[in-house]
Amino acid sequence: MITCLGDMFFPEVGVAMVKLLRRLGVTVDFPDGQTCCGMPLFNSGYHGEAAQVAARTVDLFARSEHVVVPSGSCAWMVKEEYPGLLKDDPRRATAARALASRTRELSQFLVEVLGVRAVESSFRGKVTYHDSCHLLRGLGESRSPRVLLQGVEGVELVELPGADECCGFGGSFSVRLPEVSTAILAKKLDNVEKTGADCLVACDGGCLMQMSGGLSRRNSRVRALHLAQVLAGDGA
Amino acid sequence: MSGEAGLATPFSERAGKALRDTFLQEALGIATTKFIGLRREAFEGFPQGDALRDQARAIKEATLQRLDVHLGRLADNIERLGGHVHWADTAEDAREIVLKLCRDKGVRMAVKSKSMATEEIDLNEALEHAGVTPVETDLGEYIIQLAHERPSHIIAPAIHKTKGQVAELISVVAGKQLAADPEVLTAAARVLLREKFLQADMGITGANFAVAETGTVVLVTNEGNGRMVTTLPRIHVAVMGIEKVIPSMTDLMVFLALLARSATGQKLSSYTTLVRGPRQAGELEGPDEFHMILMDGGRARQIAGPLREALYCLRCGACLNVCPVYRQIGGHAYGHTYPGPIGILLTAMLKGDRSVKDLAHASTLCGACKDVCPVRIDIPRMLVELRENLDREKIAPASERLVFKAFRGLLLSETAFKLSARIGRLAQRPFVRNGKLRSLPLFFGKWTATRDLPPIAARTFHERWKDLA
Repeated sequence: MITCLGDMFFPEVGVAMVKLLRRLGVTVDFPDGQTCCGMPLFNSGYHGEAAQVAARTVDLFARSEHVVVPSGSCAWMVKEEYPGLLKDDPRRATAARALASRTRELSQFLVEVLGVRAVESSFRGKVTYHDSCHLLRGLGESRSPRVLLQGVEGVELVELPGADECCGFGGSFSVRLPEVSTAILAKKLDNVEKTGADCLVACDGGCLMQMSGGLSRRNSRVRALHLAQVLAGDGA
Repeated sequence: MSGEAGLATPFSERAGKALRDTFLQEALGIATTKFIGLRREAFEGFPQGDALRDQARAIKEATLQRLDVHLGRLADNIERLGGHVHWADTAEDAREIVLKLCRDKGVRMAVKSKSMATEEIDLNEALEHAGVTPVETDLGEYIIQLAHERPSHIIAPAIHKTKGQVAELISVVAGKQLAADPEVLTAAARVLLREKFLQADMGITGANFAVAETGTVVLVTNEGNGRMVTTLPRIHVAVMGIEKVIPSMTDLMVFLALLARSATGQKLSSYTTLVRGPRQAGELEGPDEFHMILMDGGRARQIAGPLREALYCLRCGACLNVCPVYRQIGGHAYGHTYPGPIGILLTAMLKGDRSVKDLAHASTLCGACKDVCPVRIDIPRMLVELRENLDREKIAPASERLVFKAFRGLLLSETAFKLSARIGRLAQRPFVRNGKLRSLPLFFGKWTATRDLPPIAARTFHERWKDLA
């Protein structure tokens, strides 16, 4: 599943994920017609509208064996919110529960489903990892991305102080309260730069847009990359 | 010094002002970081903490199911001990009950221990208007009373003040220049407050808990001022929200194990004061009269309402300390008695959804609040439901509702979604510099004022998939 930000702004993340999965022997399909998981609508309180988007997504993935999402918040949306949103449509609610159990965020899919620990990648460098809120607190995942990063031979992983603190994106929050959003981001990026890492890794399109936007604005030498890009060896 | 004095300016401006206040930024950064560390350590050394949190939540759930029964029992027991129970439907009612007591009993000065319930009903202003001098005796509350401000944190009311600012305030009352040293300042405040305790006719407190089976009011403090307030003046008045009743002393032990750990990282606060009614025959200490004001103020209708879980809140303040928004803007910018993520929900409860039209969006939904809440209140979920209500009740601006409904259309049509990428690519062309969007007009400028935006890719993933398939 490639959702809105990934499709339009970070297609290279999706490409990296496809290459990586194929290298690991996974048959990859991309059901046509995908748009967005509906979280922007849901989080702003437009639940009827989000339910319509959810219904559509449930139908699109009806025949997929596993659904892999390179974004913790979208995975959380599908797993935690779709069944409730579709509760008035019993057929789809059942399908949504099934989809929820088949859906994994990328790092979780690699570690839990494929049992991967070490991935061969041409990537070299000192990296630090930001825990995205929905992956960390929503899906309870902090270990898999770190295991995978440590499994790459050329990667030195340094812990980010306050790794579990929000980057300030928060979807529409980032433009409803841009000053507050940016102040939260500044604290995050100060911590990132203190680690001395060359590269900031995250597993969420929203956080990456926020943090890469901030790094680029302060002309930082630190690059923000998605985990898939590190593991696939792209851009190394 | 009204808590809502600043509400004339929009929330985003109040937040912006807070971000530019360097004193506030320094004080907030130090204090919230300290609280987070202390709480974390307290729970790391307390393996039974998680199970107790579940238990505390279950007690709150069960108590609310039969709130009327527990409140009835509490009232009976207080009256049996010779105390008086007053029921207040609204904040105005609660205020009027206190003022009438002051009039009837000839009260000129009231000493107070820290109480958010009395902040909620703007009691200090009401007392001043009625010619009664209120004196806050919790050090933090004393500081902000001197500064003519309101608490900016539920448990650390003067969290926004630096040592230097506190020294200036206390020096004025002490009549001499004091050093910006917490020990010196505390000693000076003690001297100043001691005589007030002896002069006051009335002691006013809140209540962290009230135990139904025994009629006990429980005060959790760190300064011992709560004991002075409840024993020295001839009248003790406790003001409490009705949701704070708990059934038994056994339940109290569960909450006490969690409250101080969550709030300040202490196993137990320095003083846990249990008060039962007025001075009994044969007792040496205690007031002649005890009055308990049980206040609804919008709580009862939420027992079966969407904000039900907010009634579990223990007022520990842990969710404020970890909230990325609170940590940046502090409590005053929220503009109401209760700040932070739980404060948004409590404000909606006490003042209606319309009052949090903007505040409902003052959260990134990061979930840190839910993670630390001693009773596991699902604050992010309730904020999202609050936002849904703002749309349903058409309180959200019409323009916003229109935008989101149009956005929905985009997400429901593959053709429209793909077309929007193509249109976006054309539209962004004049703004791309070195592969970045650094300055965009209109709404998009809210992003690019401080952050770069990647341009819409030359080829979206949809378009690149054709080569990968």
